[in-house]
Amino acid sequence: MSAQLEIRDVSKAFGGVQAVARLSLEVPPGEILSVIGPNGAGKTTLLNMINGFYHPDRGRIALEGADITRHRPSQIAELGVARTFQNIALFKGMTVLDNLMLGRHVHMKSGVLASFAYWGLAQKEEVAHRRRVEDIIDFLKIQDLRRRPTGSLPYGLQKRVELGRALALDPKILLLDEPMGGMNQEEKEDMARFILDVNEEWGTTTILIEHDMGVVMDISDRVTVLDMGQKISSGSPDEVRSDPRVIKAYLGESRRA
Amino acid sequence: MDVLYGLVTPFRDIAGSPAFFVEVLIGGVAAGLMYSLVALGFVLIFKASGVFNFAQGVMVLFAALTLVGLMERGVPVVLALGLTVLVMILLAFAIERVVLRPLVNQEHIILFMATIGLTFFLEGFGEMLWGSNVKRLDVGIPDESFMVAGVLVNRLELTAALTAAILVAVLAVFFHGTRIGRALRAVADDHEAALSIGIPLKTIWVIVWSVAGGVAIVAGIMWGAKSGVQFSLSLIALKSLPVLILGGFTSVPGAIAGGLIIGVGEKIGEVYWGPLVGGAIENWFAYGLALVFLLFRPQGLFGEKIIERV
Repeated sequence: MSAQLEIRDVSKAFGGVQAVARLSLEVPPGEILSVIGPNGAGKTTLLNMINGFYHPDRGRIALEGADITRHRPSQIAELGVARTFQNIALFKGMTVLDNLMLGRHVHMKSGVLASFAYWGLAQKEEVAHRRRVEDIIDFLKIQDLRRRPTGSLPYGLQKRVELGRALALDPKILLLDEPMGGMNQEEKEDMARFILDVNEEWGTTTILIEHDMGVVMDISDRVTVLDMGQKISSGSPDEVRSDPRVIKAYLGESRRA
Repeated sequence: MDVLYGLVTPFRDIAGSPAFFVEVLIGGVAAGLMYSLVALGFVLIFKASGVFNFAQGVMVLFAALTLVGLMERGVPVVLALGLTVLVMILLAFAIERVVLRPLVNQEHIILFMATIGLTFFLEGFGEMLWGSNVKRLDVGIPDESFMVAGVLVNRLELTAALTAAILVAVLAVFFHGTRIGRALRAVADDHEAALSIGIPLKTIWVIVWSVAGGVAIVAGIMWGAKSGVQFSLSLIALKSLPVLILGGFTSVPGAIAGGLIIGVGEKIGEVYWGPLVGGAIENWFAYGLALVFLLFRPQGLFGEKIIERV
């Protein structure tokens, strides 16, 4: 099967630090790919390049065969790439409903003048999008939170709402930066279930960064390991787990005298 | 004892001549709405981009200058107005391209400094284009008064007040009822998150600066028709700072309420208590009130409370 997302020979440096070095990665449609690696391995930089926050110094990124290497973040979102953030980037002053409706932004067509001139049309469009948002609210079981400002929610629920906002884009590809970071066991299990359900129900390709190895091994189709900006291993969870290079990167080299 | 007497007698005057008091009140409301209009421009840009736009006052002047300049060259009012709108939109594009885009992700203070630069540029540019003499702006509304139920009402002030009210209503709908308005609020809340869901920052900034330019046109026309178009017009912007402190920097209703409180307060203070201190209350009332607010309620009447988690 041909790749939906193709990353070819991509590098990115910040000053003297080589965050990502000549990385290549192919993601087939519908796959759940986990990217793991020690702190500073270049995982978040990789996501930031895919969704256009950073542009690589060299190399090429293609979505369904089309080059998106130099696209702006808003263009890439329009093409169907949604993401969440390590430190949660919700609109904290706005309600859960507003946050999710904003996730529909790229699908709404009425412009500034039209939204005044064709008030009725804009309202009708609003209703249609609201229906989709309600589906997501049901799916994530956050019915009680519609009118709550997101800033007032507990951490785990904020993460869930942020996933909801990303889902509201109807994304082809979902980028999740530590979706379970800072969660307790129960919350982690819920989140893992949501990720699997999204993948199963809508066939959404998912790339996630996660530190909890138990979760990673459980839900991933494939695992890619980064260290110092380079790919050191890639394969099924079992393959990666037993790869000596991975063990070395995580535990350090055992030296014999 | 004399001072005490002087403080109290104005209340007797107010009770003695309620019609005059209402006239003072109306004058205050009219002046206050003018402050509100300028403050509104500040709030719009601050809400959408976190930029404190020091140039809002000079934008009012620039809009009024452009309109008058065009009319002096024989362009009919309606066409001149249309062209002025166009100029303000072009200005918004230019500001986004030349000032905001190169400074994206910089500290707020740097963007603030940039808008101070913009202030000087617009002042000089306006003077170069249209000259620096005081100009009369005649928009066809006579500056005359008529009696309603024993109270003298100024037609120009009444028109200004109604225009301001309509403008505020339209902006409220725009911000809270439309897709673009929601996107604007999102951008104000979190730039990165807004980008990640496909909201283009550049477009949003051009829109919000255009809207602020539109508000500047309305404010410019009203002030210009009342006191002539001259360079001291940009000083009105200074009066809108205490209005913002009172109302809160992020609140549209706050800008309106703040403007009204200051407009009415300073007029009443001046007319009734002015003689006691030899006048000029109008000049410092706003700043005094702002100082009190800064001490006891720094987020203003309607602003979001600033809570820093440590």
